[in-house]
Amino acid sequence: MLRYAALKTGRALFVVWAAFTLTFVLLFVLPANPEDLLFDPTELNTIPEEVREQVAANYGFDEPVVVQYFQRLGHALAGDFGNSVQSGKPVTEAVLGVLPSTLILSAGALALAALIAYAIALTATSTRRPWLRNLVESLPSAAVSVPVFLSGILLLQVFAFRLGWFPAFGSDGPASLVLPLVTLAIPVSGPIAQLLVRRFTAELESGYVTTSRAKGATRDQIVKGDVFRNASLPALTITGVTFGNLIAGSVITETVFAREGIGRLTQTAINTLDVPLVQGIVVLVAASFALINLAVDLVYPLLDPRLRATLAAATA
Amino acid sequence: MTEDPLLRIDDLTVEYKSARHWAPAVRGASLRVEPGEFVSLVGESGSGKTTLVQAALGLLPPSARQSAGTVHYSDVDVTGWSDRRMALVRGNYVGFIPQDPNTSLNPVKKIGQQVIEAVRFNEKQKRDAAAWKEAALESLRTAGLADAERVFAQYPHELSGGMKQRALIAIALAGKPKLILADEPTSALDVTVQQRILDHLAGLRVDLGIGILLVTHDLGVALDRSDRIAVMQGGEIVEEGPVAEVIEHAADPYTRRLLDAAPARHTGRLEPATGTRAEDQPIALRANDIEKTYRLRGRGRRELRALGGVDLEVRQGTTHAIVGESGAGKSTLARILVGFDAPDAGTVHLGDRELTGLGHRQLRELRSDLQFVFQNPFTSLDPRFTVEKIVAEPLRAFKIPGDRRSRVVQLLEAVALDESHLGRLPAELSGGQRQRVAIARALALNPEVLVLDEAVSALDVSVQAQILQLLVDLQGEFGLAYVFVTHDLGVVRLIADDVTVMKDGAVVESGPAVKVFEAPAQDYTRELLAAVPGARLAPANVRLGDCRV
Amino acid sequence: MTAIAAPPAARLGELARQPVLVAAWIVVALAVGWALFPQLFTSYSPYTGDSGASFAPPSADHWFGTDRLGRDLYARCVYGARTTLTATLLAVVIAFGLGTVIGLVAGYFGKLWDNVIMRVVDVFLSIPSLLLAMVVVSVLGYSANNIALAVGISSIASFARVMRSEVLAVVNQDYVKAAYGAGVGRLAVMVRHVVPNSLSSVIALAALEVGTAVLAVASLGFLGYGSPPPEPEWGLLVAEGRDFVAVHPWISILPGAALALVVIAAHRISTSLRKDPRR
Repeated sequence: MLRYAALKTGRALFVVWAAFTLTFVLLFVLPANPEDLLFDPTELNTIPEEVREQVAANYGFDEPVVVQYFQRLGHALAGDFGNSVQSGKPVTEAVLGVLPSTLILSAGALALAALIAYAIALTATSTRRPWLRNLVESLPSAAVSVPVFLSGILLLQVFAFRLGWFPAFGSDGPASLVLPLVTLAIPVSGPIAQLLVRRFTAELESGYVTTSRAKGATRDQIVKGDVFRNASLPALTITGVTFGNLIAGSVITETVFAREGIGRLTQTAINTLDVPLVQGIVVLVAASFALINLAVDLVYPLLDPRLRATLAAATA
Repeated sequence: MTEDPLLRIDDLTVEYKSARHWAPAVRGASLRVEPGEFVSLVGESGSGKTTLVQAALGLLPPSARQSAGTVHYSDVDVTGWSDRRMALVRGNYVGFIPQDPNTSLNPVKKIGQQVIEAVRFNEKQKRDAAAWKEAALESLRTAGLADAERVFAQYPHELSGGMKQRALIAIALAGKPKLILADEPTSALDVTVQQRILDHLAGLRVDLGIGILLVTHDLGVALDRSDRIAVMQGGEIVEEGPVAEVIEHAADPYTRRLLDAAPARHTGRLEPATGTRAEDQPIALRANDIEKTYRLRGRGRRELRALGGVDLEVRQGTTHAIVGESGAGKSTLARILVGFDAPDAGTVHLGDRELTGLGHRQLRELRSDLQFVFQNPFTSLDPRFTVEKIVAEPLRAFKIPGDRRSRVVQLLEAVALDESHLGRLPAELSGGQRQRVAIARALALNPEVLVLDEAVSALDVSVQAQILQLLVDLQGEFGLAYVFVTHDLGVVRLIADDVTVMKDGAVVESGPAVKVFEAPAQDYTRELLAAVPGARLAPANVRLGDCRV
Repeated sequence: MTAIAAPPAARLGELARQPVLVAAWIVVALAVGWALFPQLFTSYSPYTGDSGASFAPPSADHWFGTDRLGRDLYARCVYGARTTLTATLLAVVIAFGLGTVIGLVAGYFGKLWDNVIMRVVDVFLSIPSLLLAMVVVSVLGYSANNIALAVGISSIASFARVMRSEVLAVVNQDYVKAAYGAGVGRLAVMVRHVVPNSLSSVIALAALEVGTAVLAVASLGFLGYGSPPPEPEWGLLVAEGRDFVAVHPWISILPGAALALVVIAAHRISTSLRKDPRR
């Protein structure tokens, strides 16, 4: 078990390091003149040569690539990704400043998405009407198909402009959170619901369900007592997809609703080619992903005795 | 006064929804089980026997419907009862033992909890948790699990197949039912375990006076323990009566063919239709002191010794059977013999050429003399290849000159198929036909030795009989040597010249088949022989290949 | 099983019993038609409008209404299909082509190859693809082609992973061992058995990826990383209507709906492909 945990932790660290290296190559090595990325593209031609050299020296671009890499890596390990080109603030500070807002949005959206997914899966598997089942089963596919920006705009149009129930923009107060939350939860719920519908159906056809029915259990008792847990566990295996949907979704959602957060910060950083900030964000996202995956890897064996046994056997 | 039968099924018809219409799976079947009676329902795959049991329990899948007939429990008509109402009788009137113990227990719940549920759902008056636990332990003990406390706290994956099946029996018994329906309860288990489980079931009937309906594909199993048997074919019950009567005077031709196809019906080795078997042939394939250990990954470096110093000699033109239960290492040995796996130590010789230690390319050269037939004909044929492409593959690989199609047709005819099968895909063939195609492919290069890994185990008994006769005929015709790996001693008797009995990766006993069967030297061999079902079937003089069903 | 045995006519009949699937194919065919021959579907220009007729709601003349500059929105949608779908196709081809080969190498040659490739794939999977695509596009510069490249690159990893697991499953099938046993060489086994049997899942994924890629391309367009206005691109069309959504909602919603329909259709087709009758 300890060995397993060490292996998984090692992999997580590797992923973060590799994400750092990848972004370094993409942002600092591939561009012919990386310092060009530091200026507003429209003003690039008007900037005198000595200013460019000055800036290049400031950012260490005149050093050999390898030296630059290890300098940046060393600083990054200490939590320093340099200063944002646009604002001049340290990248870490800029990122941490907006992180809570995104965390609240994604955590809420994830919870809502899980609720929606379970509602869909339970309705689909418990109904006896084929048309209802077909209808409900087609919802997840629709949920992932409708672009986030479209559903965001639709919600804005209906609930903010027409009905005026919620504020359209901004990030103050719980009321301003409702529409972004729903917008983000829709695409996140899709894949989870698809998986749950599939798992619930498969589990209900499995041998132990027959055993339980022969024991005298009713269908409801079986869904509650046997199927629910077994069908839910595999949802952890699509953590990666879920996380990706949350991040991609929050970029768009925060833009549509003009909320502050990591997503909007990313968009601004890319728009202004704020290279250090972009790198900081990518590494942060990769690190969060690695951390969440690590948590899932470590928790899954606790929830599934079979996996626990395999691990115990392999490391006994 | 006579009691009502525990279970009475009258004129039952069950249909499955297929693309356009409803296809019947059970047609007008009637059956009854009296109190304390042991009834067996025998049939091959697709005969509708499982559907019949599902209907009797009210557990038909959503794609099926019961279109006619009634089911009575002790004269109460339960036909059409709602799920909620049936839930009240399931468990405490009728218990069920499912087919596959490996999938029939909830993998993430402890055994104890699963048995307690069965107690709790069926209790007559409210009791507390301690009473439930005591009842569950009692039930586990009744099911033959002496160490009930330990099993109570274990998860399904921590138990062997036999123990899981006992836990399932405990669950079936927990509600104190009057009737138990068992659907192939031992077909996933080793013969010795099967024997113990069935003995236990039969004992429960005597001790508790419950009625048992056993569904099985194995006529031998049915005949050994039942009071009465019913034979099902194509959704209909074609024969029904007391065991002795069925054995002696089966009225239905299908039942008679089934009886004749049972391996226990035959004593000696099968004779080929043409050609003769030669004596004192030189050695075709020899394995010396084969060792194989699988290293399980992890810090502990735990090792699983699959084979420890196994020897084997196969004479030209003869059959050498390797027999053993699961975990004996027989499949590992088979894979090493054909070079799919490399042994840790020891050598394999094909004639005078050494196989072990050869690279991919050199091994390939030997393939034309050494071929393999897999257990499962449903996975050993590429689903995208036509029969012609499958059989021609070795010819193509070795760039055999000549008209490939006519060679393929010739091979198909050798395995009793014909030209009309050339363009078919595996999905369009039956299990027996697929295995014939696999054998035709193995014969394509005129090999000297054919290694067959459980090659007839996945087939129905009547199909199995045909394939066995085919193998014997082919041996007579082409002088093939067979290595015949199987768990089924009954089949060995029919085909083997020599037998090697294996257990836990080692050879227990080896020698001429006649000697091993008539005068086994080891206890384990005797135990295996005693566990072969079908003791009540007297040998009769029938040619197995004629048992076409 | 029945699908293979059935004659073509019966197979058509089977299709007719799945009206949703038929509708999905029609939607996709229509979108491809828009992209290939836009002038057949509309007589309006996507670039020049009648400034007197700005913000006209949907009508018989202007099916989707007009925008701020009085351009016909239906025409912009039709012509936008070319931009969006070309980028999508390019992205899927890149992801499918490279991902499949990488996954095949990892799965079939195993050991060191597998370890190295899968660790790299892990890294790519740990960066959400939209984010990765944004970074790539910022390095390459803003254009529709670069969006395609970026979306393609960011999806290679998921193709590689699916292909690898399919290959691993197929390699362990008896029929592959049987082919070795029949004397077929290693490469020939790969070409004849492993690749065809692994591809069906990956093809289903490719159909799904068409949907995902349309979304990604449109999302990047929406964020403003694609071809600059006045080029019609579906994501950009939605973005252009954003500021007027309170008063003229159709400017955003109708192009968005066209986009959503294509994605839903791609999903439906992907599901039908996953149910390979031969498995």
